[in-house]
Amino acid sequence: MSGPFDLNRWKPGPLLPPRDARDGALVFVVAVLCFLACLTALAALAANRAADGWSAQLSGSATVVVRAKAGETPDSAAARAAETLAGVKGVSQAQALTKDKAEALLEPWIGRDALVADLPTPRLVTLDLDPKAPASAEALTKALHEAAVDAVVDDHSRWIADIERGAGLARWAALGVFGLIAAAAAAVITFATRAGLAARHEVIEVLHLSGAEAGFIAKLFQNRFAAMAASAGLLGGAAAVIVGVTARLAGGGAGLTPVLPLAWIDLLAPLPCPLIAALVAGLAARAAALRLLRDMP
Amino acid sequence: MPVVRFEGVSMRYGRGPETLRDVGFSLAPGSFHFLTGASGAGKSSLLKLIYLAHRASRGRVELFGRDISLVHAGDLPFLRRRIGVVFQEFRLLEHLSVFDNAALPLRIAGRKPNTYRDDVAELLHWVGLGERMHALPATLSGGEKQRLAIARAVVDRPDVLLADEPTGNVDPAMSLRLLRLFVELNRLGTTVLIATHDEELVARAARPVLHLEHGRLIEPGEAE
Repeated sequence: MSGPFDLNRWKPGPLLPPRDARDGALVFVVAVLCFLACLTALAALAANRAADGWSAQLSGSATVVVRAKAGETPDSAAARAAETLAGVKGVSQAQALTKDKAEALLEPWIGRDALVADLPTPRLVTLDLDPKAPASAEALTKALHEAAVDAVVDDHSRWIADIERGAGLARWAALGVFGLIAAAAAAVITFATRAGLAARHEVIEVLHLSGAEAGFIAKLFQNRFAAMAASAGLLGGAAAVIVGVTARLAGGGAGLTPVLPLAWIDLLAPLPCPLIAALVAGLAARAAALRLLRDMP
Repeated sequence: MPVVRFEGVSMRYGRGPETLRDVGFSLAPGSFHFLTGASGAGKSSLLKLIYLAHRASRGRVELFGRDISLVHAGDLPFLRRRIGVVFQEFRLLEHLSVFDNAALPLRIAGRKPNTYRDDVAELLHWVGLGERMHALPATLSGGEKQRLAIARAVVDRPDVLLADEPTGNVDPAMSLRLLRLFVELNRLGTTVLIATHDEELVARAARPVLHLEHGRLIEPGEAE
């Protein structure tokens, strides 16, 4: 440095030596971990959205299997059921399927040849329910009973429960993977902090012998690694967003695929990544530094 | 009450032999002592026990009236701040400027930069480093490093100043100048203990001497 020393412009220099070559490798590893964590979060959101979509579709409709009573044709029984159900509160539309359609639905199971004309094929009535206040299976059954229609109502609740269970499982799995990645990041940071402490042992010892408290020294490492992880988190999060945008654009309006839909708003999920990475790294570095300082006299 | 008191103190590194054996002495507040002895006699080890870089394997070490073995770990940093140390190998922070190195103890003590920068600059001028305040330690000569190490040790006006061969790398004129600095600090109340080989310095200062031989403290006139 040249020129006279200007006391008024002097600012204390950093107590830890500047970054070294190993720091670049650490940033890379943490950035990759952050990228994987963000992708996990995006996948979990997409799975959740898909499950919600399927549930909404299933809960917005119901199917009624109608059996004709003596002296009544299946078609007239179905028509009567549709008429009855159309008047129930919470039903938007009720439509009786024709014999052809009912047979077409059965064909994959029993084959065309078996559909003899006199086989009492049950008729189906499909219902579109009011999405805001859908009619319950009990209300539909009661209405059919009052109209003396022999029918069974299927409100798809069994399938909805399965889907919700599946979505819950996906959420927990994503959380588990996310936790594993965070733990791996913490382990990497801990290892790096120990290496950093070993490499800067001279500096630590001088600070220690000059009366620096363990918390003071640990804070230096905590801040150093938190800042490093924040920049790594920014890189990893940005990479995940780029992948998400690409998937969204490539998948058209429905997202990556209709099975795993990704909304634009989901792409905000990696936003807290730098903060979380900094928090995990800061805590891991602080704990590692304090543990090592505890062994000093 | 002595500021430093040793009673039957022994010390060893790991499982090695004892480098200090049954050492006992005390330093009264404001006293000035030299610590002499051949290389390997245990001078640096004794200083390490005082500046709390090592623990005694036997015996009792008291600093400022407190038994070190009973002091809570959280209080040790505050005891260390009362002790200024000039290390034999300087132990300067190579990435910090001369000015930052000299100001380090004040910074660790939590002082605001504007409360000490003038004092640090004045001290650096006094030890002849006024023109090198920007410089990094790697660019300093051995003597300059020595003087910087001394400036760092005394900048926070410690109660006890320990110096391990502080004049080993400086010319006689600077050696005299540094001795005057130590005497001046001592006059202001700092207890001084200087480990040295420099017989001329010891003779010139005419202060009491603690003499170590093979890890034992030898009384004047006593031969092992």
